Amino acid sequence: MLHYIVEGLLNVLTVKNLLLVFAGTVSGMIVGAMPGLTAVMALALLVPFTYTMDPTSGLVTLGAVYMGCIYGGAFSAILINTPGTPSSIGTTFDGYPMAKKGQGEEAIITATLASVFGGIVGVLALIFLSPPLAEVALKFGPAEYFWIGVFGLTIVSSLVTGSFLKGITGAALGVLISTIGIAPIGGDVRFTFGLPSLQGGVELIVALIGLFCIPEVLNMVLKDVRPQEVVDYKKKKGVFMKVFKYVFSRPGNLIRSSIIGTVVGILPGAGGNIANLVAYNEAKRASKEPERFGTGIPDGIVATEAANNAVVGGGIIPLVTLGIPGAPPDAILYGVLMLQGLRPGAELFKERADITYTFMISLAVAAIVMMPVGIFGGRLLTRFVSKVPTRFLAPGIVMFTIIGSYAIRNNFMDVLLMLLFGVLGFGLRRLGYHPAPIVLGLILGPIMETGLVQAYLIGQKYTVPWKILFVNPLSWVIIVLCILSFLWPYYGKIKPLFQTNKR
Amino acid sequence: MRILKAALFGVLLLILITGTSAFAIKFPTKPVTYMVCFNPGGESDITARIQERALEKHLGVDVVITYKIGAGGALCWSELVRSKPDGYTIAGDNLPHIILQPLMRKDAGYQTLDLKQIYIFESTPNVLVVHKDSQFKTLDDFIKYAKKHPGVVTVGGSGSNTANHLGTVLLEKAAGIKLTYIPFSGSGTAVPALLGKHVTALMTYSTMAVRYRDQFRPLAIASEKRMEVLPDVPTFKELGYDIVEGAYRGAAAPPGTPDEIIKILSNAFDRVMREPEVIQKMNENGFKIEYMGPEEATALVKKKMVEYKKLLEEMGLLKK
Repeated sequence: MLHYIVEGLLNVLTVKNLLLVFAGTVSGMIVGAMPGLTAVMALALLVPFTYTMDPTSGLVTLGAVYMGCIYGGAFSAILINTPGTPSSIGTTFDGYPMAKKGQGEEAIITATLASVFGGIVGVLALIFLSPPLAEVALKFGPAEYFWIGVFGLTIVSSLVTGSFLKGITGAALGVLISTIGIAPIGGDVRFTFGLPSLQGGVELIVALIGLFCIPEVLNMVLKDVRPQEVVDYKKKKGVFMKVFKYVFSRPGNLIRSSIIGTVVGILPGAGGNIANLVAYNEAKRASKEPERFGTGIPDGIVATEAANNAVVGGGIIPLVTLGIPGAPPDAILYGVLMLQGLRPGAELFKERADITYTFMISLAVAAIVMMPVGIFGGRLLTRFVSKVPTRFLAPGIVMFTIIGSYAIRNNFMDVLLMLLFGVLGFGLRRLGYHPAPIVLGLILGPIMETGLVQAYLIGQKYTVPWKILFVNPLSWVIIVLCILSFLWPYYGKIKPLFQTNKR
Repeated sequence: MRILKAALFGVLLLILITGTSAFAIKFPTKPVTYMVCFNPGGESDITARIQERALEKHLGVDVVITYKIGAGGALCWSELVRSKPDGYTIAGDNLPHIILQPLMRKDAGYQTLDLKQIYIFESTPNVLVVHKDSQFKTLDDFIKYAKKHPGVVTVGGSGSNTANHLGTVLLEKAAGIKLTYIPFSGSGTAVPALLGKHVTALMTYSTMAVRYRDQFRPLAIASEKRMEVLPDVPTFKELGYDIVEGAYRGAAAPPGTPDEIIKILSNAFDRVMREPEVIQKMNENGFKIEYMGPEEATALVKKKMVEYKKLLEEMGLLKK
């Protein structure tokens, strides 16, 4: 195996492949930073170009774009409070407040370091632990997916600072919105108001852009207050070293979040969108000062960005071993593998090891390339966003949101929905509802619904079909996690009581 | 008189020549958009990607593949029927989806016959597969067990009201057994369920049976004849169950597209599907190549419409 790794490394380090990795990472970052343009879309657009390349170069380019895309989402999350891709939802929680305080550059460097670290951890897991980890993914059946969804919802309590009730209301709204369209099981048409164009349901990105971006732009225009205008951009010295020391002096968060990202990536159907929120939640829970999360501290960014880039490697694990895409963009990579006649499984690691290892190592190289590009580009972008007057920036952002929401499915209805969500989000934010729980509900709704109905159908063999939800030991583990996660916020309140009792 | 006749003939000839040249269409002169209605990495996408370059060669213009995904393809086809009928927008379509949706939903956004068939270029017969470790070695084992334990055997497949779903229902009817069908969103998510042994079997497409030949054991295939890539898999017919079911995939144009343009497109697809490289890749991936031009494709659609309507009536699934 070692000689495959060395050989792969040498293949990546050729001028041609290095250039492809560099170009791929940079273009991925640009696409990722645009709200609405996602990794899936970037890869799909790129596929025809890889036809003219040999299989290795094609895969290397696609991998680099994927890696760069997930990282690029952090830029817009930090600078304009809009996740560039669903993988950066949690980055807005602390990234934007940091930018507001004039620490945009620090936030971007934090995101860069965390992304590089997470990306490399995911790739290491991919290279060394693929077969055993892929087996784990198969243990998850419909019942387990249902409980994973429930576990995800318990995060709500810590996602939003403030009211738990508002959080859970938002999540319920999100789940409700997720039921629009054709039912994933049974095929019934629900809540479409007779409009055929609603049959496809509400696309996550559409809600994401609407709920996060439009209210921000409206605020920008209405109040004419811009973070970067409050604190003018000043060239600071030694920022990089300061941030570097801060991030790596707390390795626990980095490592934990990277592992979470890798594991979530392995699970088919769950990707960076869930991983970044789970990692944020766990970072907050483990922290000695959880109340500071959401006020603009680097730890929140470390968690989300390490996790989402770890998903890249993690998601490819079931793809190359079993032919199951771990996250949505991996489906595109799968198509490319099939077209090139590369069949996932043992064959890929033996007969086609040259291609496979070169591809896997190129992902790690792409992660490293993000460092210089991100730090240099981040500085430029921060300065640019802070210099452009609101009267140009606001319409500019709105234009991108419209292009972005149309580009997802080439559906004009999506643009209307996006604007509708924007107005809704603006109103809800005034009432103290955060958009994150709504989006979380929208992500988890279909996972829970599908898991629940499939489990119920499989459970027909029992006299009480619901029993299926409680049969597997793996279900028990997740149920216990749900209960712990749900009760955790209250533990802090109960703890002092215990202590006084002791005295 | 002779002169007059000659003049008349000449004029007629002139009209004929200029007339035909005025009607002869120059197509295509700009890029053609080819909409894929299902997820990247799925059967429709892989077919389109295999065709892409050959299609560009034979049409002489760029072919732009775009994705329009949602509602089991309905979103894409309702967009197609509203597109300009000039041949520059075409979409992949899928039997039985284009027939079942308008039958089962009040407003699917299109009617089956609105979709003008260009060509049907491949099919994927249903295959019943179990896990390699499964106790079932033959279809007979499977049916015997299901007879003893009605409703206990779970069969996963791609979605509700799809070829996989119908195939499962047909097997229940033919063998007199009761199975529990579990719909998954696409073949992609059904496969891990069988790999992880969460379902007993899958009613899936031949592509999946070929792709996972190391992990799955195919019990029977729902085609007329055995498939070359799966030579050891018996057909349901051989085993005494008259089940031939699967998905056909082709391309369609908006209603009102001129027949000349349809002909140009269908000729191009015909040539594409005869390219050795295309044939090799389609076979490798477990597709059965079909060569059905516009008339033949439309006839198949019409024939299947009657069949499915009858079947849905029996299943009690027809829209009210």
